[in-house]
Amino acid sequence: MATQTPKPQEIAKGLSHQPPSENWMDTKPEFRSGMYCHPVKVASLEGMGGAFAREWNPTEADWKLPADWKGIVKDGLKDRLRRFRSFQVFMDICVRCGACADKCHFFIGTGDPKNMPVLRAELIRSIYRGEFRTAGKILGKLAGGRKLTEEVIKEWFYYFFQCTECRRCSVFCPYGIDTAEITIIAREILNLLGLQIDWIGTPVNACYHVGNHLGLKPHTFKENIEYLLGDIEENVGITIEPSFNRKGAEILFVTPSGDVFADPGIFTCMSYLILFEYLGLDYTWSTYASEGGNFGFFTSNETMKRLNYKMYAESKRLGVKWILGGECGHMWRVVHQYMDTMNGPADHLEVPRSPITGTVFENAKSTKMVHVTEFTADLIKNGKLNLDKSRNDHYTVTWHDSCNTSRGFGFLEEPRYVLRNVVNNFYEMPDQTIREQTFCCGSGSGLNAGENLEQRFRGGLPRANAVQFVHEKHGVNMLANICAIDRAALKPLMDYWVPAVNVCGLSELVANALVIPGEKAARSTNLRGEEINDLREEAGLEPIEWPEEDEEGGEAGEEGEE
Amino acid sequence: MANLQELLKAKSETILEHWFDLIIATYPAESVQYFKRTKDAFQNPVGHTIHREMKAVFDELLTGLDRERVSPFVDRIVRIRAVQDYAPSQAVGFVLGLKQVVRKALAKELEAAAGARGLLDQLTDFESRVDELALIAFDIYMACRQKIYEIQAQEVKSMYYNVLRRADILCPIPEQEEPDMPPEK
Amino acid sequence: MSFIFSLVAVTVLVLVPLVGVTVADLRWLFGVVVPYAAVATFLIGVSYRVLKWSNSPVPFRIPTTCGQAKGLPWIKTNKLDNPCSLPAVIGRMFLEVFLFRSLFRNTRMEYHQGPKVRYGSSKWLWLFGLLFHYSFLVVLIRHLRFFTEPVPMWVQIVEHIDTFFEMGLPLPGPDGLYVGLPLLAQSGVILLAAATLLFLRRVVIAQVRYISIAGDWFPLLLIIFIAKTGIIMRYVLKVDVVTVKKLTMSLVALKPELPADPISFMFYIHIFLVSFLFAYFPFSKLMHLGGVWLSPTRNLVNNSREKRHINPWNPEVKFHTYAEYEDDFREQMIEAGIPVEKEA
Repeated sequence: MATQTPKPQEIAKGLSHQPPSENWMDTKPEFRSGMYCHPVKVASLEGMGGAFAREWNPTEADWKLPADWKGIVKDGLKDRLRRFRSFQVFMDICVRCGACADKCHFFIGTGDPKNMPVLRAELIRSIYRGEFRTAGKILGKLAGGRKLTEEVIKEWFYYFFQCTECRRCSVFCPYGIDTAEITIIAREILNLLGLQIDWIGTPVNACYHVGNHLGLKPHTFKENIEYLLGDIEENVGITIEPSFNRKGAEILFVTPSGDVFADPGIFTCMSYLILFEYLGLDYTWSTYASEGGNFGFFTSNETMKRLNYKMYAESKRLGVKWILGGECGHMWRVVHQYMDTMNGPADHLEVPRSPITGTVFENAKSTKMVHVTEFTADLIKNGKLNLDKSRNDHYTVTWHDSCNTSRGFGFLEEPRYVLRNVVNNFYEMPDQTIREQTFCCGSGSGLNAGENLEQRFRGGLPRANAVQFVHEKHGVNMLANICAIDRAALKPLMDYWVPAVNVCGLSELVANALVIPGEKAARSTNLRGEEINDLREEAGLEPIEWPEEDEEGGEAGEEGEE
Repeated sequence: MANLQELLKAKSETILEHWFDLIIATYPAESVQYFKRTKDAFQNPVGHTIHREMKAVFDELLTGLDRERVSPFVDRIVRIRAVQDYAPSQAVGFVLGLKQVVRKALAKELEAAAGARGLLDQLTDFESRVDELALIAFDIYMACRQKIYEIQAQEVKSMYYNVLRRADILCPIPEQEEPDMPPEK
Repeated sequence: MSFIFSLVAVTVLVLVPLVGVTVADLRWLFGVVVPYAAVATFLIGVSYRVLKWSNSPVPFRIPTTCGQAKGLPWIKTNKLDNPCSLPAVIGRMFLEVFLFRSLFRNTRMEYHQGPKVRYGSSKWLWLFGLLFHYSFLVVLIRHLRFFTEPVPMWVQIVEHIDTFFEMGLPLPGPDGLYVGLPLLAQSGVILLAAATLLFLRRVVIAQVRYISIAGDWFPLLLIIFIAKTGIIMRYVLKVDVVTVKKLTMSLVALKPELPADPISFMFYIHIFLVSFLFAYFPFSKLMHLGGVWLSPTRNLVNNSREKRHINPWNPEVKFHTYAEYEDDFREQMIEAGIPVEKEA
């Protein structure tokens, strides 16, 4: 936060906080609390064999860079220019037309010109020109080139950890220049200098050694899921006994671990458990591959590969036929666009075939991994689910397309199909804020730390703004999605901007609507333990008269009578 | 006797324009144009919200100042500024800027009415309302900041909700009243 | 600053041939040597860049998907925005390269007070861009007249279409009779207008001005000057086309020969600027002409779940194997009833 108090005459002039039109190369970022993430812990970096692990602080002048940091960066850039056509081409062909400028949620929320995707890329491009290209070397700033200095590295750290790799700019670029690609490589290079944020580095290390981001050991992971079974029993009335690390199961199920321990992710997790029980699916959880998410994707290609390895390795060890994946954004970008290339071919698996409907998922015949939402859509299409939409009537839902599944996959209609079959009240947000043009939650790519909340709220403003619109227009009170980071990040975002709107995973709405054999006669509370009638009252609906229940029936009945 | 309210109403367009410019000028120079020109509510939530709510606030100021009625409008502007790069004084200072904007817009009329007390008295009243508005804005600013810290604390709990719950180390926190609206004046 | 630098640079580029031809009589240099050198630089430079790009690996299949992917058979695929096959990619690339599909996407919805939502669009950049590139293309094609004998039919057709609207525009002649203006080619004028608009856009929009470097101002100014000199030659100085063609044909035939009749200095300025543009091309952002074809977010099929994409440098990395994992947690696993490979 700036500390100077404006004088009255300054107020009248406008509190311009930057002198006008200085060359962008001459401005420096200020590391203010709330606007950056904490550096990685030494142990976490060392755990992954990362170089130059050390204590350092972004607000201090000396970042304790390694002695030959310049050489490392230059070699790192050269190496990646050679290995990635995307990087080389994107460095060369940008014409700075500005089509992307106002497409970034961080720019929209801050007005910081360096958050324009074109300028974010120019942060590196200027070094490419100034250090590698003749014109830039000779003409310098005139030709948009500059030299590599410590200030540049600090600027990279500030702005490349202020990009959520959401690819929205890439949709509008006439050459498809993808800032995510540039950010990915910039972060790889920062990693070469030991510059990483803790919110990424520590989960990566935990995931690698223990199996999931929080570092839940096998027995704890299992116990956490078992704990959810109690809630299911209480609220739905069915008993479930899932299996762990079971050899010979037909399907291995992998979901982001946030679903196992975070609110509201756990309700999505309960929903998977309920759905699979309903179907009688022959599946198993794994404590070893207990993380669907992959923060390695936000670290380096190598780290991504090291973490992702466990899915195929575990499916092979357990001898399953195929893998089913839970709701997650970046996990599905990795599964869709990277996994098979990195750790395939998965010849030990079979082309996925739904044991319930017989549908063969030809679109996944090489990765052998199916998204739980397409799996569910297929079930619904084939009439395999007994759904009572009206059970979700107290919710007026809007759909948040996650960046990764939209722009790195094209998974748009499957969730909508499922959604329309499980809720009666569904309203889309304005066109330019959904589908391939969807706005990021502001916390993707490992930026959902606690210490940078202001940054996340600014970045999430465009998303929240569109939610607010449908909230005011249609009374939307639930924001559904298929992403664990969304579930974790949109909730605080809504709490701040549109407090009346809650957040849930798509599967939760499916489980709510699912009429389950053996469920208790009165499902008067939802998976969250909330009284349905309270929610209905809030939504202006008549209360439901629940049938008498054995033990607590009297109480529910009373409420129902009114 | 000249009626300030009428005058302000007649000049509201100019006043609002200048006031808007003054708020927007607190953003980086290169982006000012974007915030001003992009009319789209979804591509430019910052500029659009400020523009819309500022007008509502000004209309409210003309007729008096009802804290309850004006708060939602101020809230939407201040809520944005509370998460942007501003010191508290900068985040709410735009309210006070309105005084200068109004005096400038009414320069001629004020000069003409130099001797007569009527208009000046009305202006003093108006300016007191602006001061009060600034205090309201400050209350809202503080409430927003407090909300951020609460969310921060809550988020940590949510993130590990099941783990904490299972370990039985989560003590229920009594629901608190929203601190948004400070007690009536 | 970078703008002034670019303006000075272009001015110098105008003065060099002006002085060179009128004062030093270096017609051979500016009429023959420079164009040859420029074309050679262009060909070698562009080939080098494109070969370098196309030889660099594409480690991952990373199309930016802008529509529904191919999935369950009953879900409609958006083939052009999310291509599931090679023909679909060709379609996507066609829309991208020839119609600037992504820029066209720049729609805006305007929301006004109240519940009404109005759809507007901000397609100016798309329109100027498209006009600029296509008029440039037509101008290039028309210039083939100078390098072919006989002039191919299709060049004549393009020329015919290009001058269609202005044909026979009646203007009073000096002796009171109506005479036609020399056929005004729309393409040249549109090129100049579109380039000027793109230039003004860069000046007026603060964000775009902020990101502009010499590499942005310079080519625009250069093209504006080229268009201007061309238009001046054609309509003001009425340079003798036949003489010019003698020179250009001799260049094509690789038997360069300066025609006996003098050619206006304006021609030398024009050809020098064009030569410079050609020589500058491979080293500049103008290479987007080649790069757009190679952009991995646009030219790949989105079928990476269906067909394995190969990364030629797929790195060897260290994994944390299940065996290591079980070694770390065996006792707890057994205690929790989780099956293990090796008993304790």
